[in-house]
Amino acid sequence: MAETPSGGPAGDPQGERLPPMQLLLDNPFLLLFIGVAVPAVLYTIWGVMEVAQIPVAQ
Amino acid sequence: MAITPPENRLWWNEPLHRMEIVWITIAFLWGVVMFLTMVYWHIAGQQNLSNEAYRVKPDAFAAKAEAMVARYKVREEGDSKIPVVRPPAGGDAYLIARLWEWWPILELEKGQSYRLHLSSMDWLHGFSLQPTNINIQVHPNYEMVLTVTPTQSGEFAVVCNEFCGIGHHNMLGRIYVVDRK
Amino acid sequence: MANAAAFRVCPETGLKVCHHAEILIKANAVVAVVFLAIGGLFGLLVALTRWPAVHILPADLFYLALTAHGADVLLFWIIFFEIAVLYFASAVLLNSRLAAPKWAWFAFALMLVGALMANVAVLQGESSVMFTSYVPMKAAPHFYLGLIVFAVGALIACFVFFGTLVIARQERTYEGSIPLVTFGAVTAAVIAVYTIASGAIILIPTFLWSVGIIPHLDSIMYKVVWWGMGHSSQQINVSAHVAVWYAIAAMVLGAKPLSEKVSRTAFLLYIAFLQLASAHHLLVDPGISSSWKVFNTSYAIYLAVLGSMIHGMSVPGAIEAAQRRRGLTQGAFDWLRRAPWGNPAFSGMVLSVIMFGFLGGISGVVLGTEQLNLIMHNTLYVPGHFHATVVAGTTLAFMAITYLVVPLIFRKEIMFPGMARWQPYLFGLGAMGISFFMMGAGTLGVSRRHWDMTFADAVLKFEYPPAAFLMMGLNGISALLATLGGIMFIVIVVGSVFFGKPRDEAAIKRNPVIGPSGGAAVSQYGGEATFNLPGTTILVAVFFVSFVLYYFINWKYLSEVWPLR
Repeated sequence: MAETPSGGPAGDPQGERLPPMQLLLDNPFLLLFIGVAVPAVLYTIWGVMEVAQIPVAQ
Repeated sequence: MAITPPENRLWWNEPLHRMEIVWITIAFLWGVVMFLTMVYWHIAGQQNLSNEAYRVKPDAFAAKAEAMVARYKVREEGDSKIPVVRPPAGGDAYLIARLWEWWPILELEKGQSYRLHLSSMDWLHGFSLQPTNINIQVHPNYEMVLTVTPTQSGEFAVVCNEFCGIGHHNMLGRIYVVDRK
Repeated sequence: MANAAAFRVCPETGLKVCHHAEILIKANAVVAVVFLAIGGLFGLLVALTRWPAVHILPADLFYLALTAHGADVLLFWIIFFEIAVLYFASAVLLNSRLAAPKWAWFAFALMLVGALMANVAVLQGESSVMFTSYVPMKAAPHFYLGLIVFAVGALIACFVFFGTLVIARQERTYEGSIPLVTFGAVTAAVIAVYTIASGAIILIPTFLWSVGIIPHLDSIMYKVVWWGMGHSSQQINVSAHVAVWYAIAAMVLGAKPLSEKVSRTAFLLYIAFLQLASAHHLLVDPGISSSWKVFNTSYAIYLAVLGSMIHGMSVPGAIEAAQRRRGLTQGAFDWLRRAPWGNPAFSGMVLSVIMFGFLGGISGVVLGTEQLNLIMHNTLYVPGHFHATVVAGTTLAFMAITYLVVPLIFRKEIMFPGMARWQPYLFGLGAMGISFFMMGAGTLGVSRRHWDMTFADAVLKFEYPPAAFLMMGLNGISALLATLGGIMFIVIVVGSVFFGKPRDEAAIKRNPVIGPSGGAAVSQYGGEATFNLPGTTILVAVFFVSFVLYYFINWKYLSEVWPLR
């Protein structure tokens, strides 16, 4: 088991190359990054910028 | 099974059921249709909420509303003498939300457009025009400006539909829509 | 710590069950059910007050009960239960020891202390600010502090879950990829991290404001960030209960997902896009551009809805495939007719799928359409929608899996099996009524969070249409039904856990929890392709037609209100 570091690009015991999408779906920390970064940018940061840009009434 | 690891190590390469492909395609396209419907309504629809808004101090907003009331007041109503204001068609109509009233009563002409200004003096309130059922959030320190065209005449209620404390359920305002003379 | 982990082998599933994980699952599940009972009771009081003919509470207690109801069921019941699901899906399903049990207990203690602190604050009466606690309305400082402490505990529990995944992988307790149910739990945990981070960003300044350190908070900024927590916390539920659907289908019927690829991709769509729906709450707020609203409210062109629609096909599809393999191949629906409808785990799951999809899902998309929100925002349509998702969807799914957790984890026989057989139907019917009638009243304009729909004490007068009053009466009756179903659930669970017969070998043989699996043939490579699924095809078609019709009916309603620009 030591010869195949799990999560590596070829991380499969049988030596088959796993497709990139499967590698992504098998990696919870990559998923964690996506699940925090996407809404943080598209929802939170963009949203806060929208509110910050509301002009002051004359 | 769903509670055991996939038997096939290379599950990503498993063929799809034909029904899955058809359903995913339909569901995706339906999503695109719903997305484009919102965009289309911005171009062709009559009911789009304005995003025009300004930061404003409550006193400054109240001053503008009071100026409108002083100028266009037509009568007073009830024991508490709520002013009824008839702003000129096409002009600015101010509505103050505060604990626990909508002030003043507006009297609008059917078929005319008004620039309606909404803001709160204290907490969040909800502008809920009934029975038409138009619902808009009202914030303190922000003035929202929208153009509204009443299409029915009669007596309309402004219910507060954002919880604003113990008197929330008594916060009821009124808008009259009258036929053109 | 690693060597201290003790295991038992489950006689029913063959899984190795970590001792620490088992006790923590029990503790979290029991506390969850206690909060369900408390929160449910407050919910009943709310519904009875909103029933105009009953109107049971005075105004101040009504707003207090509504705040407590929201916090206890929407946060505490559900998140405690979800932590139990996370530990089950990681340690138990992966045959692994639980990472850092001491941290897991610490998390449990924080969550409990936080939940109690918030409850005390609400019951003291100075924090009737609703679940949303919009500033500048102010609650007592320990209300916010309680929520913060609870959130920190939940965050630690999420990282215990992620840690367990790492340990299981390093110690090779499973081969290949994690099971689909565990993947669903990963989805829930990822969304939970974003949820809790948003909560921390907004609640910490709010706490400081409540004690006078920060002078002013912007009310729109608050809403934007707060809903990153408030709505996403409900997306944790969606991910968790979809995982529970798959788990029940697998355990009771041996159902295998039609395609690992499709189901996991659907979860990936949740991970990336589901949280964007927090924008549903800001569609009629001042000053935010329509680009932001349209993009976020549609979960990036409805990609997360696509995920749900995939699960909505793939769960019944998996059940149909498993049933057909067992020989129930006649007609389009023989497999459904001859399903184990008397098993509360199964019936609860099916009712949850149907009501979440038809009532909760469709109404959610309609409510979250930028312009359509104008005719629904803050009306009773909103609680109508989320009682379909969170009560009929999540709560019913969690109740259903409890009927498997009690025998498998608590190792007790289910008490009162006759009552258990009816419980999901009764609770489901009640939840359906609550959702349906509140949506109806909302369509007629009735405000949510409102003590007196007659406006008896208001200076000016207004009357909602009589149909709205009828709806609120029917809502009250539905709430009574749901309460009865809820009491039955609690009696069954508490009875079984504390006084139930231990589940011995004879009981396991007589009354197996794990259904006759489709056998080895179930997991054949591409094997599902050999089956046609006419029943699922028809169900999905009915769903789609209802969705399209209801969507456009609402545009018709919108086109009739006063023009706005």
